[in-house]
Amino acid sequence: MAATFQSPDFYRLDDLLTEEQKMTRDTVRGWVQDKVVPVIASHYQACTFPRDLVPEMAQLGLLGPTLPEAYGCAGMDQVAAGLVMQELERGDSAMRSFASVQGSLVMYPIFTYGSEAQKDHWLPRLARGEAIGCFGLTEPDAGSDPGSMKTRAERRGDAWVLNGTKMWITNGTMADVAVVWARTPEGFGGFLVEKGTPGFSAPEMKGKLSLRASVTSELIFEDCPVPEANRLPAARGLKAPLSCLNQARYGIAWGVVGAAAACYDEALRYARERIMFEGPIARFQLVQDKLVWMLNEITKAQLLVWKLGKMKDEGTLRHAQVSLAKMNCVWMARECARLARDIEGANGILDEYCAMRHMQNLESVYTYEGTHDVHKLVVGADITGYEAFRTVTAPVDR
Amino acid sequence: MNVLVCVKHVPDTETRVKVAADGLHLDLGEANWVVNPYDEYAVEQGLQLKEKLGGEVTVITVGGDDATKSLRQALAMGADKAVLCSDPAFEDADPWSTARILAAAAAKLPCDLILSGKHGVGGDNQQVGSLLGQLMGIPVVTVVTGMDLEGTSLMLKREIEGGTEVVKASLPCVISCQKGLNEPRYPSLKGIMAAKKKEITAWKAADLGLDPATLAPSFQLKKMELPPPRPAGKILSGEIPDQVKELVKLLHDEAKAI
Ligand SMILES: Cc1cc2nc3c(=O)[nH]c(=O)nc-3n(C[C@H](O)[C@H](O)[C@H](O)COP(=O)(O)OP(=O)(O)OC[C@H]3O[C@@H](n4cnc5c(N)ncnc54)[C@H](O)[C@@H]3O)c2cc1C
Ligand SMILES: Cc1cc2nc3c(=O)[nH]c(=O)nc-3n(C[C@H](O)[C@H](O)[C@H](O)COP(=O)(O)OP(=O)(O)OC[C@H]3O[C@@H](n4cnc5c(N)ncnc54)[C@H](O)[C@@H]3O)c2cc1C
Repeated sequence: MAATFQSPDFYRLDDLLTEEQKMTRDTVRGWVQDKVVPVIASHYQACTFPRDLVPEMAQLGLLGPTLPEAYGCAGMDQVAAGLVMQELERGDSAMRSFASVQGSLVMYPIFTYGSEAQKDHWLPRLARGEAIGCFGLTEPDAGSDPGSMKTRAERRGDAWVLNGTKMWITNGTMADVAVVWARTPEGFGGFLVEKGTPGFSAPEMKGKLSLRASVTSELIFEDCPVPEANRLPAARGLKAPLSCLNQARYGIAWGVVGAAAACYDEALRYARERIMFEGPIARFQLVQDKLVWMLNEITKAQLLVWKLGKMKDEGTLRHAQVSLAKMNCVWMARECARLARDIEGANGILDEYCAMRHMQNLESVYTYEGTHDVHKLVVGADITGYEAFRTVTAPVDR
Repeated sequence: MNVLVCVKHVPDTETRVKVAADGLHLDLGEANWVVNPYDEYAVEQGLQLKEKLGGEVTVITVGGDDATKSLRQALAMGADKAVLCSDPAFEDADPWSTARILAAAAAKLPCDLILSGKHGVGGDNQQVGSLLGQLMGIPVVTVVTGMDLEGTSLMLKREIEGGTEVVKASLPCVISCQKGLNEPRYPSLKGIMAAKKKEITAWKAADLGLDPATLAPSFQLKKMELPPPRPAGKILSGEIPDQVKELVKLLHDEAKAI
């Protein structure tokens, strides 16, 4: 429904935001309303990503918004960056996924683990949207346990040779540069593989029923040569890719609040207008129960992600706190989308309404960047000292 | 070219208005306040002129402290400077007083061109731009949808009933901007960060040499009311050809729609 979005703010949490944060939020909200909302359903149906919007996203500064101005970024605080994600995902998880990958999974590792030359070469291009990036960690047989990856990099003279297959890689087919994680003789390493490198291909995956407006690909490496200059020098071990995922999960926790708010707003309007049994369905207790459940969860999540952002800005945020937020927010957003779809009756299954599209998207979001259950176990390990996701469950050193 | 852009801080058009208990004010509740949409065309036009010709864009508003939000928005879009004209004496300013305040401020600022929106939503008086030009003794062109610089003059397109008019105006002048003139840019995140560091000058009545006693409104608001609720629709019956005839008659005679 094209009606202008009204964000729920039951506890006047706007009071917690600075003027710049509000202006950032309102700007992205307006852009999403004008540019994403009108086209997203048809992209979703056609299984295409609205690539023509990338230059505008770049112009607005939505790619790597917290990175320094020296690289052409805005140097925003974390709460502002979270609000950007919230508004993008209100449009569609595909838009937020694109920005998450570009900012948190490509620009962040290059900024954190890259050489000066890599930073100078890639960051401004990625910020301007002239280059698109992807992040290749997951493999057909290595999802929740990336340590079991098979892709390997072997030294050959001064260079490296990559062999293996990555799967489920967002932006893969359209990426100019892939941040690829592989086994090395020393453990694990990160490599910047450029489009067109011999032995590297990135076919798009077909048949998705979720995140249809996002590009998801395989990355195939067959004796693919990568110069030493393209290895991320400071990335040693799995800690490096996991730190990137932590950035992205932070954005997801914020993002899905936007998806949930979109569903709530749509369902509330619908309930007020839909006449059944001689009056608006909003007057039924069962319908109110659903709407109040949504508002309740959204309000708690809004407060949760705001505090998450404050801790990230202070530098005190722990990864288990990010896990809890990712787990809670995606779960509540998925439930909100289902409830909204329910309230919208048969109309709710049409692409004219956003609820079902969000619901389908959120199935992916529930799984990617660490599944809901794995995050539960991360929090479980944090509070009990037992890493239940491993086969060996001796207490770990905390 | 130095451009002065007048902006107004207004409740957005989505706001559901209620008349306050006193019957003289609007109860805007939790309304979201924004830059008057027509002023966004004026800001954009100023920025485009600056990008082409150099110079500075200054945005100015008459309003309370909350109006700084709209000034910051214009600064985030790329304006260089901002002026807030704020004084208890300006509180109930009518279009005439507003124009006087702006004229006094404009006299203190370097400006080759003054841009405003065609009207401010909410008040809908459509007077400030014209009064400002009159007070300053410079040409005024209203409801402009196209602008080209030709030497030291502006070629301006304006909407008139059933057509377009092309007007030539010499600088300096006042132009009021209409939808269609351009597509206002979104402030970028970098622009928002930069706006934080830009200064907003505040001027009171005394700074502008205005005597508060002369700023009393020139008219008095007596009453405000919402339009009456829409009457129930009419459903015609009978044979289709008769219904069509009846419908045409009603549209013509009663609704005066055709
Ligand atoms: C649309 C989409 C885009 C993606 N984009 C990217 C990308 O850009 N880059 C990238 O690298 N990856 C990407 N992924 C991959 C994503 O990160 C993985 O799907 C995710 O890590 C889960 O791995 P898996 O699918 O192999 O599931 P599995 O790990 O096989 O999990 C299957 C089920 O088993 C459960 N499970 C697994 N281990 C345990 C355990 N120890 N204890 C209890 N339960 C367990 C899980 O919770 C889940 O319910 C994307 C995925 C999707 C769907
Ligand atoms: C794919 C599809 C195929 C269909 N095929 C057929 C078909 O072949 N033939 C046919 O006749 N119909 C068909 N339908 C219509 C279907 O039966 C209706 O969608 C269903 O009856 C619900 O009606 P509604 O969509 O108007 O929702 P509404 O009645 O408007 O309900 C909207 C919401 O309000 C709630 N609600 C409504 N009334 C109350 C109440 N009194 N108290 C509490 N909550 C209430 C509902 O539970 C729901 O959550 C089909 C629908 C779909 C989606």
